[in-house]
Order: sequence, then C-alpha cells, then structure tokens
Amino acid sequence: MIDIFDILGPVMVGPSSSHTAGAVRIGAMGRTLLGGTPKKARIHLHGSFAETGVGHGTDKALIAGLLGMKPDDLEIPNSFAHAEEQGLEFTFDEVTLKNAHPNTAVLELTAADGHTLNMQACSIGGGQIRVTMLDGVAVSFTGAYNTLIIHNKDDRGHIADVTTTLSRARVNIANMSLSRNARGGNAIMIIETDEKVPPVVLQFLKEFAGIIHLTYYEKEDD
Amino acid sequence: MDLDSMQRILEHSLEKNKPIWEIVLEEDMENRMVTREASMEKMRRTWRAMVDSADSYSGERRSLSGLVGGDGERMRLYYAAHESIGGSFTAEVMASALAMGENNACMKRIVAAPTAGSCGVMPAVLIPLWRKESIPEDMMLQALYVTCAIGSVIATRASISGAAGGCQAEVGAASAMAAGALTYLHGGTGEQICHAVAISIKNLLGLVCDPVAGLVEVPCVKRNVIGAMNAIAAADMALAGVESRIPVDEVIDAMGDVGRRLPVEFRETALGGLAVTPTGREVKERMMKNRKRHRTLTIKDMRWKVAVPTPPGDPAK
Repeated sequence: MIDIFDILGPVMVGPSSSHTAGAVRIGAMGRTLLGGTPKKARIHLHGSFAETGVGHGTDKALIAGLLGMKPDDLEIPNSFAHAEEQGLEFTFDEVTLKNAHPNTAVLELTAADGHTLNMQACSIGGGQIRVTMLDGVAVSFTGAYNTLIIHNKDDRGHIADVTTTLSRARVNIANMSLSRNARGGNAIMIIETDEKVPPVVLQFLKEFAGIIHLTYYEKEDD
Repeated sequence: MDLDSMQRILEHSLEKNKPIWEIVLEEDMENRMVTREASMEKMRRTWRAMVDSADSYSGERRSLSGLVGGDGERMRLYYAAHESIGGSFTAEVMASALAMGENNACMKRIVAAPTAGSCGVMPAVLIPLWRKESIPEDMMLQALYVTCAIGSVIATRASISGAAGGCQAEVGAASAMAAGALTYLHGGTGEQICHAVAISIKNLLGLVCDPVAGLVEVPCVKRNVIGAMNAIAAADMALAGVESRIPVDEVIDAMGDVGRRLPVEFRETALGGLAVTPTGREVKERMMKNRKRHRTLTIKDMRWKVAVPTPPGDPAK
C-alpha cells in the first residue's frame, strides 16, 4: 500500500528526490548504524551517483546525512563547511560495482573511538533507500520501518530469543530477514517493526549470549 | 480500499456518499495507523511547506550548473509591466511554476509533488487560486487529498518516475493531480475530476525525459509551466462538461504502456532528446570538469570486498 505522503512529499531540499533526499537518508543511516558522527568517511559513488552527483549535490547530501541533517535541512548545500567544523574528514571517489542499482553509494566510516562500519546502500526513488550490504554481508532493508540490525553468531536459538522478546514487548515484526557470510560464522538479523522498540527491550536483547552487536534505527517521525 | 483505480474510488465515493478526499483521508488513517487529526495535521504541514517555499523564492539564486535561475522573477516583472497574453492569473501561474522549479534546482526546500522535478506544477495552480479566491485552508487540504488519490492510482497502474516512464509520468502525473484539485476546488463532481485527470494525461502522453547533463534543470523547470497550464485547461474543460472519450483508468494504463515502451534514451538517462543536442553536450562537458573533484578508483582499491545482489522489484518513483 502506497503512503500518500510518498506521493505528496517528502518535504525536501532539491533538486532530486533520489540524488539528494535519498542521499541524505543514506548518510543518516550510516551515521545511525555507526552510532554517531564519523571521524572519517571514505565514500564511493557508483553509476548515476558518480555521473551526475556533483550537479545534484549528492556529495553534499551524503555528508549532510552523516552529520545528522534531515532531507529538508536548508544547510545541506553547506554541509562540507559543517563537516570541517565538526571534525569529519571525508573523501569521495568513483567506483564501478557489479549488478548495483544506478544510484549506489558505499560508505566506509570510522568513529571517534576507532570502530568502523562499511555500508552499501542505494537510492531507489522518491527519496527512499535500501541498504544492500553491511560489513560484507548482503542485507536488504529500507529504513521505512523501525529496524533492528543484530549481528549474532550463526547458531540455533538466537532468532527465537529475539522474536520472543519482541513479542512479549508487544512489538510486531513487519519484515524479517537473515543472512550470514558462512555456516557457523557471522550472521545478521534484520528485523523491521511496526512499533518503536523501547530502550529497555534493546538493552535486554543486547545481553543475550550469542548476540554480538545490536543497532537500532528508528524511522523518521512524521 | 487500495487506491489503484479512479473508477473504483469514484464508485466507492458514490456508494458511501462520501467525497473522494474523505476516502483518501480514511485510507491514510488506516494505512499509517494515525488519527484523523494527525493525518490532517501532516497534510497541513505539507501545504504550508509548499506555500513557504513559494514565498521564499528569490530571483537572485542560480543552480549548481548555473543553467537555472531568475526566470520566475523575469515573468513577474513582465506581467506587472505589460498586459500578458493569457491575463495576469495565468502569468502568475507560469511565474509560480518557474519559481518553484528554480527553488528545487537551487537546493531550496520544496515538496515533491509527486517528484522533485515536477514540484512546481501543483503549487503553481493551487497557491495563486487560493490567494485570488480566498479559499479556506481546510478546503485546500481536501484538494490535496484528492491529488493523493490521483497520484497513488497513477503510481500503482503506471508510474510517476521519469526513469521508468518519461516526463509524461512525472510532469504528466503532477498535471493530472493539479487538474483534479482545481476541478474539486471549483465544485466539480467526482466524475468531472476523473475527466480532468484523463484529459490532462492524454495531453502530455509521450512526453520524454531528456534532462541536459542529467540534471533536474533543462528542460524540467519550464516543463512545470506546461504541466500547470495543461491542468488549468483540463479542469476548465471538465467543469464545462467536456468528457474524456477514453475512461480515466484506461488513459493511465495507456500512459504506463507508452512509458514502458519508451526507448531508454528518453527515460532520464540523458542519452537522447535535448540532452544530446550540441548545446546539451557542451553543458555536460562543462559539468564533467567540475566532477574532477572526485578521484576515480577501481574495486581493487576498496578495502572490503563488494558482491552486490540488488533485490528485484525496487519500487521506482
């Protein structure tokens, strides 16, 4: 079912919903998954993002997102200056990826404490995005829902732990996907929920054995 | 109900004895699990964002490429000093369409309606009419719900994306939404709204998306003007009792069909039409020089391995 405010909306800074608004959202997703403003960002642009990114302000929009701006922030065109103020170092380059959506960016982010995040995401139209790869594991989620990204050991029982906890907390799962890099290796659980996941539930989930890392993305408010 | 057929929305509206806007409002409440007030409030914010954007226009600004800017103001100066051919209302509509398109190209805040490239069409007809006729804000919100019905049906049955269906899908959809809103605001019936939508889409059928240098600038800004003027024509015809001989859903399906069969060169790729004229190519060359601030690297240079399954069926807008 189409959200009517995707038809009439989003309210955004121009010029292109996919090249600008979507790019801000990709940056913002990277920031959330990293857990704050990165110290360093190496950004690789593919396809139309590389071809027409400068003219559409795609580069400025990605940095704006990394700094926590929303797609309607009038400061997006000045994001490079804000990045300098906030101590975010960044580089852009162009890359050709196989089988990637034309509007794809790869973000290699480093946080102040040194931990890193590698994320590949594409802008699929109308300002909507899809994350396609996280730290080398293929995933698929859009940020249109509240999203739990759980890195766990590929072992039995972890999924049941998580889903039971959510069910008890009266959080309904809208979509769920599982991926892993190898049998018995690292797995990623992506759980999209209708309701917001309360902080106490997030804390509880983090403490399960076998849950290596948990990140929570709360969808943009209306 | 799914908003996937104008005919069904119309029948539903007649059966339930409810206006189209109210059906869309109820649909939004159910879909997003929000109250009536919350839905109306979001629509009000959307409307005010449109008005704020229109009012914040400045003719001084230029786009990143330098191709776009100042035409909205040029148009206003012209009709203030001269009797314009179509009269001052249509001149203001044209100026408003140019101004909003320029706001978008200059990285100012706009409302995608339904897309950023076509964001000038709806406000260009709605804001001048609202001001000229002192229409209550709540009625403008109702008209916006009507436009959401139209846009949703087009997005479901055809497309509202230039990359998927050409400009007929973007400016065409915006024009149809605007035509429906105008017809509603002037007391048109549900049937008349459907005819206005059908007529407006038919008039723009086949319009290609051929942006110079791939930017939302040339010819996009001026195409917003034709979308707005076409909406006025379609609404006036429908209100006069002129009917579309082809039913509205069939027209939308035809637009989808034409879009799918448009060569890829005419679907936002900047490989055809105005984009490949000698002047269009020159502009692109110039932009490529700016691009130099990015370094080119190969996959090997990247620190982590990339294998990229793109999931099928991405909803394109």
